[in-house]
Amino acid sequence: MRFDIYDFTSFTQDIDRLLQENLTPFWATVAELTIVGVVILAFYALVGLFLVYAERKVCAFMQNRLGPNRVGPFGIFQTIADLIKLLMKELIPIKHADKILFNLAPFIVIIASFMAIAAIPFARGLHAIDLNIGVFYVFAVSSMGVIGILLAGWSSNNKYSLIGAMRSGAMVVSYELSVGLSLLSIVIFAGTMQLSGIVESQADGWWIFKGHIPAFIAFLLFITASTAETNRGPFDLAEAESELTAGFHTEYSGIRFAFFFLAEYMNMFIVASIAVTIFLGGWMPLQFGGLEGFNTVMAYIPPLVWFFLKVAFVIYLMMWFKWTFPRLRIDQILTLEWKYLLPLSLINTVLIALVVLLGWHF
Amino acid sequence: MSTETSTLNLFIGENDEYIINMGPQHPSTHGVLRLELALKGELVERVVPHVGYIHRGIEKMSEKLPYPQIIHLTDRMDYLSALMNNEAVCLAAESALQVEVPERVKYVRTILAELQRLASHQLWWCAFGMDLGALTTFFYGLRDREKILDIFEESFGSRLLHSYYLPGGLMHDIHPNFQKRVKEFLKYFRKKLPEYDQLLTGNVIFQNRVKGIGLLSKEDAISYGVTGPSGRGSGFACDVRKHQPYSAYDKVEFTECLHTDGDTWARYKVRVQEMWESMHIIEQLIDNIPEGDYTAKMKAIIKLPAGEYFQRVETARGELAVYIVSDGNKTPYRIHFRTPNFSNMFVMSKIGVGCKIADLVALGGSLDLVIPDIDR
Repeated sequence: MRFDIYDFTSFTQDIDRLLQENLTPFWATVAELTIVGVVILAFYALVGLFLVYAERKVCAFMQNRLGPNRVGPFGIFQTIADLIKLLMKELIPIKHADKILFNLAPFIVIIASFMAIAAIPFARGLHAIDLNIGVFYVFAVSSMGVIGILLAGWSSNNKYSLIGAMRSGAMVVSYELSVGLSLLSIVIFAGTMQLSGIVESQADGWWIFKGHIPAFIAFLLFITASTAETNRGPFDLAEAESELTAGFHTEYSGIRFAFFFLAEYMNMFIVASIAVTIFLGGWMPLQFGGLEGFNTVMAYIPPLVWFFLKVAFVIYLMMWFKWTFPRLRIDQILTLEWKYLLPLSLINTVLIALVVLLGWHF
Repeated sequence: MSTETSTLNLFIGENDEYIINMGPQHPSTHGVLRLELALKGELVERVVPHVGYIHRGIEKMSEKLPYPQIIHLTDRMDYLSALMNNEAVCLAAESALQVEVPERVKYVRTILAELQRLASHQLWWCAFGMDLGALTTFFYGLRDREKILDIFEESFGSRLLHSYYLPGGLMHDIHPNFQKRVKEFLKYFRKKLPEYDQLLTGNVIFQNRVKGIGLLSKEDAISYGVTGPSGRGSGFACDVRKHQPYSAYDKVEFTECLHTDGDTWARYKVRVQEMWESMHIIEQLIDNIPEGDYTAKMKAIIKLPAGEYFQRVETARGELAVYIVSDGNKTPYRIHFRTPNFSNMFVMSKIGVGCKIADLVALGGSLDLVIPDIDR
C-alpha cells in the first residue's frame, strides 16, 4: 500500500483493490461504505469537540478572559468533560410534545451536516464522493438542516421555540439565494460544478485572487449569507438567547441538545470548508506566478495542512464577528437580504459572466 | 403610540392570538419581572407588566425598625445604587432633626454617589449590550466596574450592599487610600470609556437596533413619572441634583444630559454622557475633601419629631423620594419610598406596543430596570 501525503488517490485505490480481491463485489461495497462512515463519524466528533474548545478560547480572547483552563493542560479536555456531562443528563420528556417529531428533529439536523461533509475534498483524492454536481449537492444537503430546526420548534410545544423556528425558516429560505448566487459566480469561472474540479482549477492561483473584485465580493457575500444560514451570530435569531431564551432548542436536554450543538459547529466547519474549496483554493498551496522559490516552499507543505489552516482562518473570521457584533432584528435581516445582498449578488453574477466572457480574469 | 390614546388596554384575553409570558424567569428581564405579551407574529400588541415576585415588604418592615437600621433595608431596593438609597433616608432624617452635617461628609457622599452611578451605568452598559446580543460588552463593562467595587471594598468593606451612611454622617471615616485610588481609577477610566464607543456605539447594527425604537414623548414621560436618564432621554429635565441640589452638588459644575428624541438611542446616549459627567464631578471634588469629622454629633437613639418629611435624591435610575411620617418615636409611623423603577417600568406597556420582541428587549434594557426596586 503506497501512502503519499500529497496525493491520496493511489492510497484509496489500493484499499479498494484489496477489498475487491478478498470479498465479493457486494460485500466489498458494504465494507467500503462502513469504513467511510466510521472515518467520517470519528472525524465529525473530533472536529466538533475541537471547534467547541476553539470557540471558547477565541471568545475568551475577545472578552479579556482566559477561557477554559482547568480540565487538562490549557483546558483541552473541557469539551470532553462537557460531552460526558451531556451524555449522562436526563432526557426530559415534554408534556404535549409531538414525540416522533421531537425525537426526529435533532437527527435531521445532524444528518444534514453529516451528508454535506461527504462531498468535501480534503486533499487530492481524499473525499467520500466526488459528484459532478458537487456544488449543487452540498448546497442542497446543507439546507436540509432547517427542516430539523422547524420541526424542533414546532414539536416542542413551546411558544418561544416556535418563534425561533419560524425566524430560522424565514432566514434560511432568504439567504439560500445569496449563497447559491455567490457559489454560482465561481462555477462560472471554473466551468465545472465538481468540487475537485474547482479545486484543480485553482492550481495556479485561488479564485479570490484570480477573479478580480467580483470574486472578492462573492466571497464576502458568501461569508455573510452562510453565517446567516448556519444561525450564528450576528444572525443567531433562531436562538436569540436574550429574546427567546434559547429559541428552537429550549426544550431539548442531554444528548439531544448536544446534537443541535454539535450540528451548529459542524455547519460552521462545512461552510468554512466550502468557502475554502470554492474561493480559497481548497487544499491547493498559495502560488504566485513568477516566484519559483516561494512556490516550491509553499507546495512542500502538505495539502491537508493547507486545507485545515484555511478552514481555521475562515472559522476564526466567523467567530470574530460573532463575538463583536450585536444581533440583528428579524426585519432588518430580511431587509438586508432582499434589498441589498440579493440585488448585489445578481449584479455580481452578471459582472462575473462579463469578466469571463471578455477574458479579464487571470 | 400617539399621545392621544390615553387609556391603555391592559387586559389580555382570549381574543389575543399569541400570548407569551416573558419572565419571571427570562434572561433579559433582569430579574423576576413578568411581562405578559400579546403577540401578532413578531409584533407586540400589548404589554402587561406583572410585579410582586420579589416583594419583601421593606416599607412595612421599616415601621418596626429604628432609622439607622432602615438604612440597611434601603440597600436591598435598588442594589446598584445602594449608597444613594442610604443617602435619601439619611438626608430626610437629618433635615427632620435639623442637623448640620460636616462638609467632609457632604463631599464624600457626593463622590461616592457619583462612583456608584458610574458603576451602575457600567453594569447597565454591559447588560444592554447583552440584551442586543453583543456578548463582549459584558466583560468590558464588568472589567471597569470591578475597579470601583474594589475601591468600595477597601473603603468600607462591602462591594454591593454598603450601608455606609448613618443619619448625621458616615459610619466611619474614609480609607486613607481613598483619594489616591479614586484618582487612579479616573485616569484609567478616561482611557477606557472611549473603548465602549468603539465596541458598541459606533456599530451600524447597534445603531439600527436602537434608533427610533420605543419612542417616549416628553408629555408621556412626565405623566408616567419617568425620571432619571430614561426621562432625560425624552427631554424631561428631571435631574434632582441640578434642580434641588443636596449634599455637595451645589458646589460642582456639571451639565444635565438632555436629549429630545425619546428613543432607545437617546436614552443610551444620555447614560454614556452621564458617565463622563460623573467623572467630571468627582474630579472637582476629590482633591478638595475638607478635613473634619466624619459625622455630626448625634444622640444614641434617633427620634424624629412628629411630622412629615420628604426628601428626593437622584439615583442612577431616576428620582428616589422618601416620605416619612413620624409620631415622635424611634421608628417611623409610616415610610414610603417613591422608587424610580416602578414608574419607569410601567411605561413599557405604553411604548412597547407596536415593537417587535427584539425591540422590547432593547427597550427594557434602555430603561435600566432593577426589579427589587420595583417590588421593594
